[in-house]
Order: sequence, then C-alpha cells, then structure tokens
Amino acid sequence: MAECSEVLIVGAGIIGCATAYYLAKRGISVTVLEGEMIGHGGSSRNAGGVRQSARDIRELPLAMYSVKHLWPALSEELGVDVEYHQVGNIRLGLTNDHMEILKKLVENCKKDGLDVRLVSGEEAREICPYMSEEVIGASWCPSDGNANALLSTLGYYRRARELGARFITGEEVVRLETCRGAARRAVTKRGNLYEAEHILVAAGYESRDISATLGIDIPLIRKYDECLVTEAQPDYFPQTLGTADADFYGHQTKHGSFVFGGDCGFEYFHNRRQEHTAVTANSASCMARNILKYFPVLSDIRVVRQWGGWLDKCMDGVPVLGAVREIPGLHLAAGFSGHGFGIAPAVALCLAQEIAGEETAVDLSELRYDRFKSVK
Amino acid sequence: MSIYLDRSRSIGEFVPEPDDGLIICRCEEITKGEIRQAVHEGMWTMTEVKRFLRAGMGLCQGQTCGRIVKGIIAKELGLEAAELPGNVDRAPARPIELTILGNEGEQ
Repeated sequence: MAECSEVLIVGAGIIGCATAYYLAKRGISVTVLEGEMIGHGGSSRNAGGVRQSARDIRELPLAMYSVKHLWPALSEELGVDVEYHQVGNIRLGLTNDHMEILKKLVENCKKDGLDVRLVSGEEAREICPYMSEEVIGASWCPSDGNANALLSTLGYYRRARELGARFITGEEVVRLETCRGAARRAVTKRGNLYEAEHILVAAGYESRDISATLGIDIPLIRKYDECLVTEAQPDYFPQTLGTADADFYGHQTKHGSFVFGGDCGFEYFHNRRQEHTAVTANSASCMARNILKYFPVLSDIRVVRQWGGWLDKCMDGVPVLGAVREIPGLHLAAGFSGHGFGIAPAVALCLAQEIAGEETAVDLSELRYDRFKSVK
Repeated sequence: MSIYLDRSRSIGEFVPEPDDGLIICRCEEITKGEIRQAVHEGMWTMTEVKRFLRAGMGLCQGQTCGRIVKGIIAKELGLEAAELPGNVDRAPARPIELTILGNEGEQ
C-alpha cells in the first residue's frame, strides 16, 4: 500500500530540504525521498558562494531576493549558524580581455539595480591587500558574500524534520506515475510506493532520468566539478573570490580554512563508470596553480582534502523551476548549472508558495520548463 | 553505499551520559555528547555528523576518530556499526602545500 502525503519531494539536497521546511511551516504534509543521504550531491560539495553579481538576468531576481530577505535571518530562523557573511564578491582580471568580460558582466547586472562596479587593480588591492600585483582590475559587489553550504543544507533539514516533514534516505526513486493525467506516485528501487497531490523533482542531474519517466525531458547534462580545502589559517581576507577567466573561486571560511573550486578542462569528460565521487589526478594541481597566480601569498598553506561532485548543467545555464504545464501536480527544480546554492532559499520559498497556491515572492515565468527553443 | 533510514523513526529521548564530555575528534575537539546530540537532531550518517559538527574534518581527516564516531552513531540509532556507511577517504593522504601540489611534473 502506498504511503500518502500532500507533497512528495524527490531529492534531499538544499532545495528539497528547504522546500520541505517552507511547506512544513505552512502546515502542509511533506515526504522527502533521497537515494543516498541528506545533502549528498552538489548542495554539500559547492564552495558556499552567495552571489548576485555575474548572474544571468533571469535568475538575478532570485539571488537578490535571497540576499535581501532570506540569508540575513536564516541562522536565527533555522537555529543553526549557517555562517552567512555579507562580505562582498571580488572577481579578478589579469588581462585586458578579462576586463572586457568583467565589463559585460557588470553592465548586465546593473540593469536590475544591483550595486556592482569595476575597480582598478589598486582599488582591488585596497579591498583585499593580499592579491598579486598582476591583478589589473576587478568587479566588486559589496552585497555578495558566502555561507556554509553543509550547515545551510543540514540546517534546513533539521528544522523541517522538527516541524514534522518526513525524510527517508537510502530510498531511490526510479519512476514516477500519473493518475488521470496528473503526477501522483513515485516508485522506489526497493519497490515502495509513495503517493502525493504534488511531486517536486529536485534530484540534481538525476532529475532528468526521473522526469523522463513522465515524458518530461529537461535539457541538462552532468558535469564533474572539484574543490579543495586547506588547513585552518589566521584571518587573511573575508571576501568571496572569483576570476574573469573562471579558473578558480572560493573564500576563507569561519573555521579559518580556505575552500576553493575551479575547472581544469576535464569536467565534461569525467569517467562516469568510476566511483561516482572520485577525484581526478589533474584538478587539484591545476587549481593550486591558478590560485597562486592571483594569491602567491598562499603558497605554503597546506591542502587537507579535495573532493568532487556532479552538477546539473542546463542547456541555457539557468535552472528549470516550478510547475510543469503538461502534467498537473509535477514541479521541477533542476539544472542549477553550478550556481544554485546562493539562490536556494528564494527558490525553495517560491516552490513552496506555488505548491500552496500562493503568489510567489519572485516571478518564475522565465525559468519554467516550457521556455526551451531551438537556438540555430 | 547507502542505507535505508526513515528519519521519523523514534530513537527515544536524548539521555545524558557521564562520559559525554569525552573528546572524540581531537583535531576539532568534538565530544561524545555533541555527537550523540547531533544524532538526536537528525544527523544519522557519519558524513552528516561530520558536516554538522566537523568531527573528522580536521588535519587527520578522521583517521584517528572515524571508527569511534561510527560506533557512537550506530549505538544511538540501535544499529550495528557495520550497517552504517563509513566516511569517504580523500586525497591527499597527508596535508600538502599548495605550491607543491601545483608543481606536478615540474620537479
């Protein structure tokens, strides 16, 4: 016999946990099914950037809403210190080509009223005195920042569970089914059945295969990204770092360790048959070289761990969110493309509002499943 | 490896124990009581406890305390330690300077 709740969420990442929280807060019964454990995927593997700058304008309102209304009070709301720090994001350039990239990114986000500007190399070194003289300029967004991705995800889970949301881990959904044309049931690998009036698929790259069982095909592919973390250090600088070249990003955490991520070129060609979260031989070394190009002062700091994870890269670089018109009761939150963490609070709030029949805090119409068209 | 865990299953109230002040993770100075309390707050796997408390996240990466942490979580859940998945071991085996890590193939 099937277990029933009003809402069923597939995936206990930060989106699944946070949506469960905002639903449970509204008194709506919710069950979250997760194949592995809480926060198994990208939610616990990203570097914790809370960024509005350099966003696609379609998702910028979600980032700005999160920063203005949700991140500042989140620790208090969840009863867990999520280590949110509004310390600014500085995106660095070494060449004139880099500065052209930064100029475009700045102009794009300014249109929506975000305070982001270009600064010279000297101004950048005034903000963050530790960077190399080779940095010739940067973009600077003072209202950006960072948070602890592990504690944010687990904090949402912990509070949702306290409010009565049901979480079952090690329960992998293999198929969704409809009843009279509406999404209604999930079947798991263990053969269990779960029923609900609304089903939200928020399962990272696996969202594609799961939604495909209802004929919904999200144009996303998986990409393997890696990060590293150093031993704890005295305070150097609080800002979140990025580069125009996108060769590394990260920040120094409250604990004192530096968390950095970055690309080495193999990301789309990772061996899928390998143990699914194994690290590669190339990535950490490549990141180390790139970090030291901008911050030679960090050269003797020791790395204690590296890790990797799959992210869900969407065809047009922004997520697919909200109700799917073709199938009543089906909701999607997938394809975050590597920048879902910072917008997760607003995304989850909007998903919960839509499911509850309320007006959403941010308009999701440009991010829905029906937006995709041929581009050539 | 994953294990079926219904997080709504009752594991009883948190009952303080006389040795709750014992430091289990020496690198991050996490006590037995903090680990037991985290289980009661819903952290039911080693990885979740690690991410929530930092137990096993310090310089030795859990090489010292891993088995003990696992035993404490399993006991709190009424499971055998062998039933719980372990933490994932990662490179590097010992802490390594960024400059050496970035120097692959050069020297």
